[in-house]
Amino acid sequence: MTQSAIDTTLLAVLAPFLAAAIAPFLTRHLKHNAAWLLALVPAWIFWHFAGFVGPVSNGETFVASRSWAPIYRVDLSFFVDGLSTVFALLISGIGTFIILYAGGYLKGHPQQGRFFSFLFLFMGAMLGLVLGNNLFTLFIFWELTSITSFLLIGFDHLRAASRRAAIQALVVTGGGGLVLLAGFLMIITVTGQVEMSVLLQSPDIIRESGFYVPIFFLILGGAFTKSAQFPFHFWLPNAMEAPTPVSAFLHSATMVKAGVYLLMRMHPLLGDTDLWTTVLPVFGGATLLVGTILAVRQTDLKLMLAYTTVASLGLLVMLVGTSYERALEGAVLYLIAHSLFKGALFMVAGTIDHEAGTRDVTKLGGLRGAMPITFTAACLAALSMSGLPPFIGFIAKEVLYYGTTGAPSAAVWLTITAVVGNALMLVIAAAVAIKPFLGPKVETPKHAHEGPILLFAGPVTLSFLGLVLALTTLFTGHFFVGPMLSSLVGKPTEVELHLVPPYFIGNVPLMLSMATVALGLVLFWQLDRLRALVAAILSGPLRSWGPDKGFDQVIAEIVSLSSVITRALQNGKMQTYMALTFIVTGVAVLLPGYLTGGWPAMPKMPSYHFYEWGIFLIAVIGLIAVLVAKTRLTAIVSLGIQGFAVAIIFMLYGAPDLAFTQLMVETLSVVILALVMTRLNLTPRDHRSGGAALVTGVIALAVGLGLALTLIAITQQPFDRSLSDFFTEYSRSIAHGRNIVNVILVDFRGIDTLGEIAVVTLAGLCVLALIRVHTPRPKDADPAPEKKGEAA
Amino acid sequence: MRTVIFRTVAPYLSALMVLFSIFVLLRGHNEPGGGFIGGLIAASALAIFGIACGVASVRRAIVVHPMSIAGFGLFIAALSGLPSLFKKQTFMTSQWLEFKFFDVDVALSTPLVFDIGVYLVVVGAIGSIALALEERESD
Repeated sequence: MTQSAIDTTLLAVLAPFLAAAIAPFLTRHLKHNAAWLLALVPAWIFWHFAGFVGPVSNGETFVASRSWAPIYRVDLSFFVDGLSTVFALLISGIGTFIILYAGGYLKGHPQQGRFFSFLFLFMGAMLGLVLGNNLFTLFIFWELTSITSFLLIGFDHLRAASRRAAIQALVVTGGGGLVLLAGFLMIITVTGQVEMSVLLQSPDIIRESGFYVPIFFLILGGAFTKSAQFPFHFWLPNAMEAPTPVSAFLHSATMVKAGVYLLMRMHPLLGDTDLWTTVLPVFGGATLLVGTILAVRQTDLKLMLAYTTVASLGLLVMLVGTSYERALEGAVLYLIAHSLFKGALFMVAGTIDHEAGTRDVTKLGGLRGAMPITFTAACLAALSMSGLPPFIGFIAKEVLYYGTTGAPSAAVWLTITAVVGNALMLVIAAAVAIKPFLGPKVETPKHAHEGPILLFAGPVTLSFLGLVLALTTLFTGHFFVGPMLSSLVGKPTEVELHLVPPYFIGNVPLMLSMATVALGLVLFWQLDRLRALVAAILSGPLRSWGPDKGFDQVIAEIVSLSSVITRALQNGKMQTYMALTFIVTGVAVLLPGYLTGGWPAMPKMPSYHFYEWGIFLIAVIGLIAVLVAKTRLTAIVSLGIQGFAVAIIFMLYGAPDLAFTQLMVETLSVVILALVMTRLNLTPRDHRSGGAALVTGVIALAVGLGLALTLIAITQQPFDRSLSDFFTEYSRSIAHGRNIVNVILVDFRGIDTLGEIAVVTLAGLCVLALIRVHTPRPKDADPAPEKKGEAA
Repeated sequence: MRTVIFRTVAPYLSALMVLFSIFVLLRGHNEPGGGFIGGLIAASALAIFGIACGVASVRRAIVVHPMSIAGFGLFIAALSGLPSLFKKQTFMTSQWLEFKFFDVDVALSTPLVFDIGVYLVVVGAIGSIALALEERESD
């Protein structure tokens, strides 16, 4: 690979974002046919990554990197190895057909351009995630997938169910993302490395660090929420509210696999420990069983597929959790197979919905004549999903059973779980692919007929690929499975795949396969009874509570807790705010002195001139007047007296600027306070009880005393002249000004002042708004003066 | 408060105060003064004029809404930091333009523009608060 080709990877990751920007314009002009043009973008990305397949299968890895925020070690850095190549190919390849499919599915939709944009944004996020080398890059793209999937699931935002599903997906996966960030930060702190490619060079670094357990659980938190593992599985079926192209893309091939991707990526670093081989299979197995059982209960095609997706993810996690090489190989194969058949089946379900008007499997039947092409695609995909030869799903299942039977621990349990799960998977595959097409023709809401090429191009291609990859086992094994498995186990590994089992007698996986098929066929034969049974069990005690309801409860609790806190802290009473502010101030200035005992010594009283004493006296008289004043207005004016006295003191001690400002501020405060009094109709007198007055008095005295002591302590420190000297020296020579205060304000510390005047402006706006809110305009009075004011 | 004497004097007083505030603003770089104090003086002038002659006449006199004055002040203050960027210096590095105008040395500078911005912000913000509070009793 040449360096320029590697660098093009950066462009390949950014290309979907560029496409997202132009998609609405193209769609405005070309309508749904824009899909043909837009699909070129993922097709080009696919072609680009296909170029990496050869070198990567020879064990090479590549890093493409651009510096982003080097101070924080955040680089836009992408890592191409077996694992990321296969994922990038799946995302861009399936993405190409999804774009085409979306063109047909949302034909004539007024927001189709926006939909394309969202899809591309998601595609870019997903590509960045699976290629991310720098942990920060990886995390940013990880969260981007959550945000873009929020947009996609909530695309039909006028429906409450869509909005709820979107928020649920965002909260669950976004929350998991934050846990993941904590895990990443911990990895960075412990190892000092931010690049995945560097971390993989020394795989034992985390396992030996002593922080393995917390890191393990934090990473798991991210992976399990994203990949919808039990008990976080509930968001994925709810996300079926999204338009079908979204389900086909996000919830089968790509986004939900992000968690599995992370586990696979981290396997060399975190895997093969007792913790790993215990926790992952338990949760993965539970998810597999829960997913398949819940899938049986559904009658909606999309929901059935959604629950089997949950189940498949559980299977993958279980397999990765064994850390056994054959099981990992099975996981890799199953992941590829699943992406192909599930993407195809989702699109088939969407096509049926689009053309027949319903997705309810009990209301569908006999569509094979009306939709022959879709029927073919559905059959091929379902056979692969059922694990029947000669499809990639069959090979995956064989290898998978090799893996579970040979697993170092709990092989029996793993195998039983896998057999039951796969049998139920077969049931669903048959129900989705056969029921709507075979049997007597059922009247559907719409007159069903074959969809346009935009709709069937995707399912046909993907389902045929499931066949092609199985027939070319050597090619598949060498170029895709082998390199990907090498990334998982952390050393170059060759795989040997067999479409035809090498021997038949005593071949345990083959026998398990046959048992699976037999069990599946029996269950499918009794599907209606099975569905009724599951429904009966679930409508018992489990009906009233489940993770989905639990989510609502948690959200409701968070909302009520925050409103309790808000009401306590922000009760809308000025008195509380002022009291809190001053108490905190008082504690802040008094506590350090109290704890350290470092009270300042009282300074010697300097001798003052008689006029200085006079000014002190005026200040004191002003204060006494405040205390004894009968009305609030008098108190305000009296406080002004004290302020003027302080201004004069400033003047006497050589701070004319300060004195000047103090004088103006005092004047304006008195004027504005007096205006507030009259404007807001405050009672002229203070009606507080003696106790309340005492409390505020104590607070006031404490704050005053604390500030005085602090000032005394500060003035007793030796005076550091370096700043004064600097400003005295340079104020004239650099800033051309003799008034040092002003020069500091407008020149040396100009940006501070800029911030301050911004605050003043905002404060003015807020006060204006507050005044308007609190005194509603009289309705019958002539509104002209107000209007004039606003217009002016 | 609205006695005949006050109402007669207030316009002249306000005019003088505004004039004085501009004087204070401009001398600020070398003598006590500056945009902040100048702005406070001008805002007081507006408040006095409003108390004496009604808010409506103040709003007529200053043409635009006082908050717009504050916004404009913030705008030119921020703008005054930009010229230095053209000379590849950091934001808000002061730039000076000195020339003779009828035998008088005139020194114009970006800090001066900035100070005028501060002045306008203070006039606008404080003035609009005062006027809003005066509004009811005068109209």
